[in-house]
Amino acid sequence: MFSLPYVLQQFINAIILGSIYALVAIGLSMVYGILRLINFAHGDILMIGAYTGLFLLTLYKAPFAIVLIVPMLVGGLIGVIVERVAYRPLRKAPEVALLITSLAVSMFIENLAIMVLSPRPRRFRIPSFLSKSHFYGAINFRNIDILIVILTVVLVVVLTLFVKKTKIGIAMRATAESINTSYLMGINVNNIIMLTFAIGSLLAGVAGMMFASKYGRIEPFMGFLPGLKAFVASVIGGIGSLPGAVMGGYLLGFAEIFFVGFLPPQLSGYRDGFVFLLLIIVLLIRPSGIFGQAEKREV
Amino acid sequence: MKRFLGVLFGISILFLVIFFIDKRFNSYYREIFSIIGINIILVTSLNISNGFTGLFSLGHAGFMAVGAYTSALLDLPLDKKAMLLPNLPYWLGHISLPFLLSVIMAGFMAAFFAVLVGYPVLRLKGHYLSVATLGFMVIVRVVINNTPNLTRGAIGINNIPNYTNIWWVYFWVVITVYALWRIINSSYGRAFLAIREDHIAASLSGVNLTKYKILSFAIGAFFAGVAGALWAHQITAITPRAFSFVTTFNIVVMLVIGGMGSISGSIVSAFLLTLLPELMRPLEEGMVLFGYQLPQLYGLTQLIMATLLILVMIFRPKGLMGDRELSLKGILGQKSS
Repeated sequence: MFSLPYVLQQFINAIILGSIYALVAIGLSMVYGILRLINFAHGDILMIGAYTGLFLLTLYKAPFAIVLIVPMLVGGLIGVIVERVAYRPLRKAPEVALLITSLAVSMFIENLAIMVLSPRPRRFRIPSFLSKSHFYGAINFRNIDILIVILTVVLVVVLTLFVKKTKIGIAMRATAESINTSYLMGINVNNIIMLTFAIGSLLAGVAGMMFASKYGRIEPFMGFLPGLKAFVASVIGGIGSLPGAVMGGYLLGFAEIFFVGFLPPQLSGYRDGFVFLLLIIVLLIRPSGIFGQAEKREV
Repeated sequence: MKRFLGVLFGISILFLVIFFIDKRFNSYYREIFSIIGINIILVTSLNISNGFTGLFSLGHAGFMAVGAYTSALLDLPLDKKAMLLPNLPYWLGHISLPFLLSVIMAGFMAAFFAVLVGYPVLRLKGHYLSVATLGFMVIVRVVINNTPNLTRGAIGINNIPNYTNIWWVYFWVVITVYALWRIINSSYGRAFLAIREDHIAASLSGVNLTKYKILSFAIGAFFAGVAGALWAHQITAITPRAFSFVTTFNIVVMLVIGGMGSISGSIVSAFLLTLLPELMRPLEEGMVLFGYQLPQLYGLTQLIMATLLILVMIFRPKGLMGDRELSLKGILGQKSS
């Protein structure tokens, strides 16, 4: 029923989408691992990254290497500011207070973007050497797609090495294990949390660039759904776990693309609904995800 | 007897106020007062699950949407229905219920969905529950977008008769607040509070967690459905985009600022925070201040709401009222019991 090239094409699409989800999910998952906070504002960092990229490309005609790096830095910076201003004062507050605050931060960023940048969607054009398509029979992909996948792999490898090998990485894992114990061990917990936000937001910023280059259209609300879906991805992989977030991102990418590509076309409109249905099913069957440890039962 | 007189007294004052607004104010102000009432219903009903039972749901806009569409489908006049929605099932295409009945049905439909969704979702805790209910809201929107025969998809249903007026709204406000008040001060309410404070202890004391959680969720959803129906017949046009995350967020802001666990707090904050956007409107549309033309500042209201919420969470996390209630005795300086 489906030809081989068609199946391969869906595979490629799934890998590209999965890469973006994986990058966004890493930040969400790392932050949740330490603070038990679902950072709703994470998706909006993605939006900021995309707009930064757009301005660099159109206003300053910057070379593409810079267009990749600057949104990362801006994203990371915004992440740190958000943590410092909104989340740090709530370190001792109940979980629900953090959740509400992150909703508010998300709304704040989105509406600031509407005020400053106008709610109108904008076209996002990438330089022609990146939008060049390769055709192999019925399969086609663009240079930017290759770049997205390679960049994701590189970033994930670097981050994994960082978390596994360096002293700071060990401190991060220790903080995720127990904030209080890490504090007693002489780890500067506040700095570690800040660093976690910086790294997560860095990845979200670059993911925003990728998202924009892939879909060619950006708007102030563009981060909301990818942010939520990345949360779904990190739950699937096991929230708090780095390989889990990556795995979950790719799994969700495949699930979503296959849902659209291999099921009757009438169903493809239900794509976003399907993702959340998946979330509810995963939470009911295996709430700790693939790599996660079962949460301790409170008795 | 004394309490009964008090309630009667309150209702008659409200009656006089509404009578005054209805006769003296123009349609713009009457609409604002209607929206205030609808928001009071939304916020107090969200308080049942989020405030009193401790289930932080983000799906209220979803239940609102269910109510709005249900009521519109039930009470559109037959000629409009034939024109707008020619592919409805026969029985649905040939009924046109009176407004009161369609609003009640809207509430029951929303409650039905709450039970349906609540059964799996309410087993989750904390954050997972919040995201899953948000997911429910997204699913509702996706389904509405994809069933054009029933809902006209993304175009939405327009030409809904403008049945809602200030009398209908406050009739439902009184019913909502009275019902919620009675529920909270009953054994059910104590079970809800017990679940919020410590669900394991509650369970050990013989509170059936699943039953009470679903009940609390469904009661909230019922009134969200009612509010959705009233809203649909006030605005007279509904699209799936109207029931978005922003809608949920605004209700949550009102709830949190009013104080989770305080019905009077919800009422006060719904009143204030509905007026805020109206006051901000000239600023958003670009007003002239001391001879300077200010730029248009769309999004300013939401920005202020978000800032308010962040500040409240940092400096007064219990909200305006915490979990206390306004009472006449308290205002008069006596210690309320």
